[in-house]
Amino acid sequence: MTDWSTPRVSPVQLRHRETWRERILERDSPLRRLDWILVAAATSLGVIGAVLVWSATRPRLEAADGDPQAYLKRHCLNLLIGLALGAVAALVDYRMLRAYAPIVYAASCLGLVAVLIPGVGSVINGSQSWIEVGGGFQIQPSEFAKVALVVGMAMILGEKRDGEDDPRDSDVLLVLALAAVPMLLIFLQPDFGTMMVFVFTILGVIAVSGAPARWVAGLVTLGVAAGWAILHFDMLKDYQVERFTSFANPTANLGTAGYNVNQARIAIGSGGFRGSGLFKGTQTTGQFVPEQQTDFVFTVAGEELGFVGAGLVLLLLAIVLWRGIQIAANAGDAFGTLVASGVVSWFAFQSFVNIGMTLGIMPVTGLPLPFVSYGGSSMFATMIAIGLLCNVHMRSREWD
Amino acid sequence: MSDRSRLRLAVLRILVLSLFLTLLGRLWFLQVMAGERYAKIAKSNRVRPVITAAPRGRILDSVGRQLVRNRTVSVVTIDRTALDRLPDDGDDVVERLGGVLGMSPAEIRARISPCVAKRDRKAKAAPDVPCWNGSPFQPVPIMTDVDDEVAFRIEEHAEDFPGVEASLQAVRHYPNKSLAAHLLGYISPVTEKELADDTDDVLQRTDLTGRAGLEQSYDADLRGRSGVKQYLVDSRGRVTGLAADTPAESGNDLVTTIDARAQRVLETALENAVLKARSMIDKRGNKLPFKAPSAAGVILDVHTGEVVGMASYPSYDPGLFIGGISQRDFAYLNSKEAGVPLISRATQGLFAPASTFKIVSTADAVRRGNSLYGTYNCPGSVKLGPRTFHNFDSARLGPISLRTSLVKSCDTVYYRFAIDEYVADLARIERKQKPAEGLQGMARAFGLGAKTGIDLPSESAGRVLDRAFKKKRWDAMRATYCKQAKAYQDPYLRALSQENCTDGYRYNGGDHVNLSIGQGETLVTPLQLARAYAALANGGKLIKPRLGKAVIDRTGKVVRLVPTEQTGTLPVSAEVLAYIRESLTGVTKPGGTASSAFAGFDFSRLDVAGKTGTAEVNNKQDTSWFASFAPAQAPKYAVVVMVEQAGTGGTIAAPAVREVYEGLYGLGGRSAAMACGLTPRELPVVRPDGSVQPPPPPCPQGGP
Repeated sequence: MTDWSTPRVSPVQLRHRETWRERILERDSPLRRLDWILVAAATSLGVIGAVLVWSATRPRLEAADGDPQAYLKRHCLNLLIGLALGAVAALVDYRMLRAYAPIVYAASCLGLVAVLIPGVGSVINGSQSWIEVGGGFQIQPSEFAKVALVVGMAMILGEKRDGEDDPRDSDVLLVLALAAVPMLLIFLQPDFGTMMVFVFTILGVIAVSGAPARWVAGLVTLGVAAGWAILHFDMLKDYQVERFTSFANPTANLGTAGYNVNQARIAIGSGGFRGSGLFKGTQTTGQFVPEQQTDFVFTVAGEELGFVGAGLVLLLLAIVLWRGIQIAANAGDAFGTLVASGVVSWFAFQSFVNIGMTLGIMPVTGLPLPFVSYGGSSMFATMIAIGLLCNVHMRSREWD
Repeated sequence: MSDRSRLRLAVLRILVLSLFLTLLGRLWFLQVMAGERYAKIAKSNRVRPVITAAPRGRILDSVGRQLVRNRTVSVVTIDRTALDRLPDDGDDVVERLGGVLGMSPAEIRARISPCVAKRDRKAKAAPDVPCWNGSPFQPVPIMTDVDDEVAFRIEEHAEDFPGVEASLQAVRHYPNKSLAAHLLGYISPVTEKELADDTDDVLQRTDLTGRAGLEQSYDADLRGRSGVKQYLVDSRGRVTGLAADTPAESGNDLVTTIDARAQRVLETALENAVLKARSMIDKRGNKLPFKAPSAAGVILDVHTGEVVGMASYPSYDPGLFIGGISQRDFAYLNSKEAGVPLISRATQGLFAPASTFKIVSTADAVRRGNSLYGTYNCPGSVKLGPRTFHNFDSARLGPISLRTSLVKSCDTVYYRFAIDEYVADLARIERKQKPAEGLQGMARAFGLGAKTGIDLPSESAGRVLDRAFKKKRWDAMRATYCKQAKAYQDPYLRALSQENCTDGYRYNGGDHVNLSIGQGETLVTPLQLARAYAALANGGKLIKPRLGKAVIDRTGKVVRLVPTEQTGTLPVSAEVLAYIRESLTGVTKPGGTASSAFAGFDFSRLDVAGKTGTAEVNNKQDTSWFASFAPAQAPKYAVVVMVEQAGTGGTIAAPAVREVYEGLYGLGGRSAAMACGLTPRELPVVRPDGSVQPPPPPCPQGGP
């Protein structure tokens, strides 16, 4: 048996390769070491999401003589599959994760390539990001690519640590090269929001890895410059520019993006402190907010559950991130720290951009709200990420 | 873990925390601080009100004749949302509709475009600005009172006119055209200010509100309440439900004190007086024909303050305002060439009362101790310091009684009284006491220089000239006067400005002398003068004039009665009032200033007492006044007529007043406007079907 781990890892865990049975049922089984706060918060967000998705889709489905609970059922199914995938990710052998990392990375790159092949990928809202898999289900490879990216980067930056505290420049360059492939593929879709999540996640992982400050500073500068250049040199399609500029001045352009921003803000604002009550929001039942079950799902919470409900969603997200950072800080090895940091960076940035856009302080990009938005790929990817956090947590120094 | 990693992780923690605090702060701002505003926007997003106009109440005269009622007409409306859905934004439909209605497409476009929230004052003053004030969901009326044939054509070819509809709507109707226009007023679309002031949310954007006259002052009674259906719609404008349905409430009918026939008599008399004046030459003045640009008259019940008739010449047809008045018509109604017909001279016009004021001067003189039965000299002129004040036409009448001085309108008797009073006040000022200003006090006691409080909007207060007023004006104008004193080339203007600059605050003897005969800067409205004469006639009670009698709802129930209100009592003894009343009976008899006007009048059936007035106005011809009451021994009505730039009171105004009395009582071969010349004691009965039963006549049929 090869010793993959760093010397810090407890010798108890190194005695032998645990069987599945042992892992679940033993005294210090991973199940007992599960971060229940994290799991409870993530699951609660998923359940709240189910209710919000239900409220957002019910009137439209009713009007079309469809099953008013169709989206609710699918979201619950997604949540259950997500929890199962998360469980697998939590229980898979920690050391094996690094072994799987290159496979996961390659698979997601292949998925991203497949999306771009005409006839395989389908275009929704201007981005060619989905693969139809039949039965009305679609897969969005870029969501899984986030998981692959986090694990891949953690593998490279966290592995060669014996004798050296911090990653070498070559490690950083390798990470950037590896990240460049999926980012380029996503740029071709184009999916600007996911690209931004990538940039922020890369930045987070590289920073926490202890890479020299010049890399962090350089990456920040590069990110800002790239964003400016993309806007300045018309590298975006018109609708994307409009989405981007409409947040600054939502009433100037009430065409599409400006309309979204405006209606979203009205929905959230009209909720007030207590909200209008579930299924009673006029903006929601009147379907004034487009994409409400996916990107704008937070507006349902804002309108129908008010500051109390929307604040609860924020609180639960904050708990997830707080637990994630704790897990990163207490991880048994650098790999665990970096995986957890990557997941935290990803969730934090994506949540901030998504909620920020419904509140009118961030540009409109097609990013789902983790756990809450309707969408299988997003749900699966985020739940796998939660599983990874749990996996890291089980090998935490806390248990030493 | 390296220290660097630990530090970077701490930074990530802080970054995440600050991102979430940012979101929480923004959420708090949107939901808690700005929540109410967004809730309102969400409501307007979701709820589309459709308004059903409430039928406005009628305005009836005292015996139930309809002065204003509603009429059903065909109205062509455009649904803007339907028009916007057409591929060419409805340009084709607008063009076609313009052809059918005889309007330009631009005008139709203007009428359906929403009014900007902030309209400048000019636009507000002209209620015809063709923009749409209502909700975008409400069909916009394009043309009111469309020919049935045109309406039928639009309905028949509905496919050619998507979004256009011809429907029936109630509009205001004035069966008597311009009769009593100034009293009735008109209605026009609700203003932004009214909407802002409407805290109870009673008004709808499509409502019409009273803009002048009784339509304005009794607007709340007449208007009723528009019905609102609150439809729920989704983002595509599809109706998904009905949130609320408030049915329209009809407005109440207003019974007025006006008698339509008496009003007609008064208006005819005014017009006749104006035409007569214009055919005469101003022999005392500029030797040109009298201009007679305007006239006003009032018939007041001296005991109740009920206005039986009140008119201003020239008048206008309030029907012009139905469906929005055109810019041209509105400009005309406000133009000097047309005599500004929108102004009601009876309540808004200010004129020097001239000798009609002498009842006040007489009362004041007697109050100051001059004997009621004394003899006073009436010379051709009176000197005050360097100035000489002449009698009217410098007539010398010698020693006369107060009665004769009223009957023949001797000015110099009152000059003497005024000089005495002025000298007494000077002595008080010398002794550092407050001047008594007794004449001004008496004028105010008669209700002059103050609003009467009549139930009409925009009444003028007028002015009784006194020291306080001159001081106030001088304080405000002094700098201007002094600047002019240096700037003017003309020596006369220069001297005048210099005097105003240094002494403009002084209330001098000349002012008081002028006041005593109602000349100079003292200004009254014809209605004020009528109230003063009513007070003289009724024994000293100052009564608030009114046009409203009762508000009656659609079931015929009397909602409220408008009461008679006494606002003051003349500080004049019954003996003095009786003396003045008796004196004024002489004015219409041989030897009086109105004797020729009343030559051949049937005094055996109706004794008329009155006083002529001829006001001198700078650079204008004389204002002709006659203020009267009748029957002289048991007064019932006070009648006042004023004709601007028309000569003496005896030649123009007095004959007009005679004409009014003959019309009221059916004298001189005319038929009586009111049964036995009396107003009804009871109210007309409004039946549930809307018909009106007149009240029983106040006397047995056939005469008093």
